[in-house]
Amino acid sequence: MKTWQRYNGIIIPILVVAGLILWPTITGKAANRESIFTILKAVALASSLNILLGYTGYVSFGHIVFYGFGGYVGLFLLTEKEWSLWSAMLAGGLASAILAFLLGKAILRLRGAYFALATIGINEAMKAFVNNFELFGGPTGITLNFSVYKAYGGAADALQLSFYVAAGLALLALLISYFVRVSKFGLGLLAIRENEDAAEVMGVVAPNAKTWAYVLSALIPGMMGVLFFFKNGNVEPHDAFPLHASIELLVMVMLGGQGTVLGPILGAFAYQGMRGFLVTSSFFKDIQLSVSGALLLMIVLFIPAGAIGWLRQRVPVFRRVLA
Amino acid sequence: MQQLNLLLTSLPDGILLGFVYGLAAMGLTLIWGVMNVINLSHGPIIALGMFGTFFLFSRLGLNPYLGLIPVAVVGLLLGILIYAVAVHRVINAPHLSSLLATFSVNMIIIGLGTAVLTTSPYNVDFSAGGFKLGSATILGTRLIAALVAMLFTGGLYLFLYRTRPGKFIRAVANNRTAAELMGIPSTRVLALSFGLGTMLAMVSGALIATFFPFSILAGGSYELKSFVIGVLGGLGNPIGALFGGLVLGMLEGIIPAFLETSWVPVIEFALFVVILLVRPSGLFGAKQ
Repeated sequence: MKTWQRYNGIIIPILVVAGLILWPTITGKAANRESIFTILKAVALASSLNILLGYTGYVSFGHIVFYGFGGYVGLFLLTEKEWSLWSAMLAGGLASAILAFLLGKAILRLRGAYFALATIGINEAMKAFVNNFELFGGPTGITLNFSVYKAYGGAADALQLSFYVAAGLALLALLISYFVRVSKFGLGLLAIRENEDAAEVMGVVAPNAKTWAYVLSALIPGMMGVLFFFKNGNVEPHDAFPLHASIELLVMVMLGGQGTVLGPILGAFAYQGMRGFLVTSSFFKDIQLSVSGALLLMIVLFIPAGAIGWLRQRVPVFRRVLA
Repeated sequence: MQQLNLLLTSLPDGILLGFVYGLAAMGLTLIWGVMNVINLSHGPIIALGMFGTFFLFSRLGLNPYLGLIPVAVVGLLLGILIYAVAVHRVINAPHLSSLLATFSVNMIIIGLGTAVLTTSPYNVDFSAGGFKLGSATILGTRLIAALVAMLFTGGLYLFLYRTRPGKFIRAVANNRTAAELMGIPSTRVLALSFGLGTMLAMVSGALIATFFPFSILAGGSYELKSFVIGVLGGLGNPIGALFGGLVLGMLEGIIPAFLETSWVPVIEFALFVVILLVRPSGLFGAKQ
């Protein structure tokens, strides 16, 4: 086997994401850049969630809490402490990672549906808390002063910059996802997914492994939150912690195939693409949610392994090509 | 002193509401107890119950409490339909599958509801009088709603413990394989339990509609409350849900006397997570 073929698992996803990044430049339309930004954001978040959901087998229904919390910390530092975007993003990501570490120590003891319920509770508690937290602006949130963008060459250039940073974050999420998957640590996570008790007997220190998987899956969403709300100009509790966005992430991961590197990327792309189509089509726009729901139901009932998982089961060649 | 007054006015209200919350949560926790499925379509079903009252009372002029009967029947049938279409195939699959399957039902109902009814608020202009209790005014609608909730709880208890189908449900909840070996038609029993769960949700929605404005999205917050109550009373313990509802109702009555109302959800959800961690079997200890 040629050496490069061993790295198919990472080369194909990188090519897909690179294609997405170059698409606005190729077509030369600014509108495309915005839709690709949304897709890149979804790719980064879904790939991060996949570390916990796909590899470790823990269903987090409130993963968006890290995105919102990171975004709040970042915007607070940007406005109150006048930090640069870079240090604010780093701080937002770290804050989310620390939050995940502390939460993980407590709630990762729960299994199955109890864990899923706890994550919903945490997301709602955080939303309600931030709503009352004066330092973060309470119900009105934090609004960026327009002059912040000056340091990045004005608002238009800041938008352009945000796009490339989002692209960088998506690639970073991809690399983390791949290297976790092929590492011994990742093997331990997969063992936990299959049977946690058996994994512990075989020497996987499950509590630690789960906590680190949780931390890793929270890092990129925290940074992405800072970037998105920097681009957006303001952050409010309602936008930062939308429970349905958490569930959309689950749908993306399921759609593409949980536990694979390429799956969440394709899932994010397909889901956002489908949504864009349904919202703009004159026939479906009123019932787009119902159509998405019916499609989701079909996938859950008939292709529970997702697109990539299905291909890997059916066509042996893909088992070597797609990670 | 002012706080005490405030407490005395808001506490009875909170307790009465608690019974109705408990009824909603009972539907959720019954389904969880029997088939280990968290029904994420619970919220929209509650909202459908609200619209049931709206159409029967405001359009057809039927008394809202008589209207509970058709609402309950529709709820039972709807639940059996949802079970057959969305839940049956994933009943033995990992939790994620059943969560997403019921969530897709949620999306379908919300999507159709939004297209037909829009998301703007509705309200039912119905009054059943009221009376003074010390400094507090008790609204007739809330008192009757609490009584109906108690009636349904009693009915559910009798059904589960005194009738054959109810005993089947308890047997399947306890051990499905063993129940099947004893000749219990488990698929039918599961469908019936899901139907009962959605029936309770719709009835609670129909009751809530008599005193709060609502929209097709309104069920979401009651769904979240149902999670909290279910965990308080012990997931899978329908009778415990009534007590969980009372605890939540009392919290909603007590907290505003000491803190701003916006702190209520913070405390509710923090309590929820803590109880999940410390006593996942609920405050009153389910049998599991």
